[in-house]
Amino acid sequence: MKTCLVVDDSSVIRKVARRILEGLDFQIVEAEDGEKALEVCKRGLPDAVLLDWNMPVMDGYEFLGNLRRMPGGDVPKVVFCTTENDVAHIARALHAGANEYIMKPFDKDIVTAKFQEVGLI
Amino acid sequence: MTPQDYDYLRKLLKERSGLDLSADKQYLVESRLMPLARRAGLPGIPELAQKMKSGAAALTSDVVEAMTTNETFFFRDKIPFDHLKQAVLPELIQARAARRSIRIWCAASSTGQEPYSIAMCLKEMGAALSGWRTEIVATDLSQGVLEKSRAGLFTQFEVQRGLPIQLLVKYFTQQGELWQLNADIRAMVQHRQLNLLQDFSHLGMFDIVFCRNVLIYFDQDTKTNIFDRLAKQVETDGVLALGAAESVVGISDAFKPYPERRGLYRPNQTRGAGAAFPFRVVAAAR
Repeated sequence: MKTCLVVDDSSVIRKVARRILEGLDFQIVEAEDGEKALEVCKRGLPDAVLLDWNMPVMDGYEFLGNLRRMPGGDVPKVVFCTTENDVAHIARALHAGANEYIMKPFDKDIVTAKFQEVGLI
Repeated sequence: MTPQDYDYLRKLLKERSGLDLSADKQYLVESRLMPLARRAGLPGIPELAQKMKSGAAALTSDVVEAMTTNETFFFRDKIPFDHLKQAVLPELIQARAARRSIRIWCAASSTGQEPYSIAMCLKEMGAALSGWRTEIVATDLSQGVLEKSRAGLFTQFEVQRGLPIQLLVKYFTQQGELWQLNADIRAMVQHRQLNLLQDFSHLGMFDIVFCRNVLIYFDQDTKTNIFDRLAKQVETDGVLALGAAESVVGISDAFKPYPERRGLYRPNQTRGAGAAFPFRVVAAAR
């Protein structure tokens, strides 16, 4: 079973994402900010990361940079999932190594389509 | 709605759009037509049917459009577009090297996601098609969806269903809450209103025909007839792409499966002459 790390400071978003991704046969690990997400990744890299942008302590953009610099950190597929829906943010995320980008609000169809796009399903 | 009203609507929809409603689909008719009846100031479906019987052509056209399913999204099912990029286009680029042109027909193109997905595939071929004349003809029964398609404006929800983010950034411009396809991609697609039940020979010959997720709504005889007529519009080395739940098998021998490319078919050169055009023309200018 593939693992997905869901990183979002909103417990509601984490819960919704968990429900959708478990329905797609992913095992879910949750983190409420980038720093806690990095700790999870140091213990073991997930197959996928669903990543919010704006979070306290460490935002998603900074987390992504740290992840990609870790040994093997280029392997997990990272899908941003954020309210930042302008081209500048999307381009910045792709440049930093994001594989896909979801603009909130999202639903199961969108998550499924994006995870299919990066070969996770 | 009385059984007589339902029979009248079923017959009309079959004649006008090919939609083959089973006897137990009254709920579908009611859910889709009640809003239309209210907008027309009518209390219910019986009054709507009565007004149609008295010759309200515009209302009849609205009813046909309301019953049409326009579900679509970018790069739907993904695999046909992978086939297009990996096999069909490379083969055609070789085969058409002398004339340097490719014609593609997207039948039942709905709000444009499919023809524009094809247009982006062509664009992504880059230098391989540089200097080529590429033509994408998008047809649909509904004038309303064609207008939306022409505008090339899509909601955030629509651009996230199947469209890779790299292509969104590359080919779309943000317009407030919406995303608009750039003019060069929109210019690659010609839009025409067309009813697949009627003669479409005037469209000419095509190298590729996408006719996906529309024939599932038609009865067996209608499917056979459309396949037979489609075969006359596809070049002998051309390709027909069907939807994931569709096939020619057991319906028509006008096409044969394209080897190792599920959902793709080639005209069958070994069969006899195709069927005649049996349908009565019932709607003008469709």
